[in-house]
Amino acid sequence: MTDSLKPLYLLNAAISGALFGAGLYVSQMVDPLKVLRFLDFGAMASGGWDPSLAFVIVAAIGVMFVGVRIAGKRARPLFDLQFHKPDAKQIDVPLVAGAVLFGIGWGMSGICPGPAIALVAFMPQNLAIFLMTMFAGSLLGSYITPWLKQRTALA
Amino acid sequence: MDSFTPLTALVGGGMIGLASALLWIGNGRIAGISGIFGQLLPPAKTVLWRVIFLAAMIGAAFAAAKLLPELGVGGNVEAQMVGNPLWLAIAGLLVGLGTKIGNGCTSGHGVCGLARLSLRSLVAVIVFFATAIITVAVTGIV
Repeated sequence: MTDSLKPLYLLNAAISGALFGAGLYVSQMVDPLKVLRFLDFGAMASGGWDPSLAFVIVAAIGVMFVGVRIAGKRARPLFDLQFHKPDAKQIDVPLVAGAVLFGIGWGMSGICPGPAIALVAFMPQNLAIFLMTMFAGSLLGSYITPWLKQRTALA
Repeated sequence: MDSFTPLTALVGGGMIGLASALLWIGNGRIAGISGIFGQLLPPAKTVLWRVIFLAAMIGAAFAAAKLLPELGVGGNVEAQMVGNPLWLAIAGLLVGLGTKIGNGCTSGHGVCGLARLSLRSLVAVIVFFATAIITVAVTGIV
């Protein structure tokens, strides 16, 4: 049995996923309008700006920062043979172009991938449309990315 | 500014951070949601844990809404989509495409990447926050 099929590995994935989903609800980041009210910096002058999202991300980074330090003392994770660190290092065109496209979609909808999937719990109208095009976009991206990397690496 | 909810933001954010820490310390995996679902699509290799993670995420959001209705749907949280179907279809496409090309989203780059002090993630976070803020200002959707 490979490590990724062991019961404790899968149980840990379930606990992590559950905490993540509950955290998205408690922080109210499943509410697209609340996210948009953070991104709406233009409302600062009128007092209608909602800084909550900044508190969410700072708290999350703070806890994860400690987690990264704890993991750093270990040669391997508890239930697998190695840490799956992202291998990319350089700041390249795909990184920035992807972030621009994602930022536009996020600003249009107030929905990023975590809430998009957690929202299935509430099935708001038109969520299915968003999820279908999000998956299609991701699939499209897996074909475009190698091409974009090759093209921009030569330039 | 009655919509500002600092306490639940900090508690919920802490839960997301703890979820990310557990997945990293236990399974050596980055809790980046775009990556977790993106690699469910072909040519996927390790599928089962991703399905379990996402199913637990949806289930827990549902359970939390039942247990803490005062926070949520029907209360302060309105799980309503903003925009017409065509608008949302384009937004969804851009979110899926952008996070795949840029290799991460708010959780992967924003939480895990910044906590790992990744320069790539810092650049991505600055770019997607700036772009989203500009998009909201230009479209005036709020």
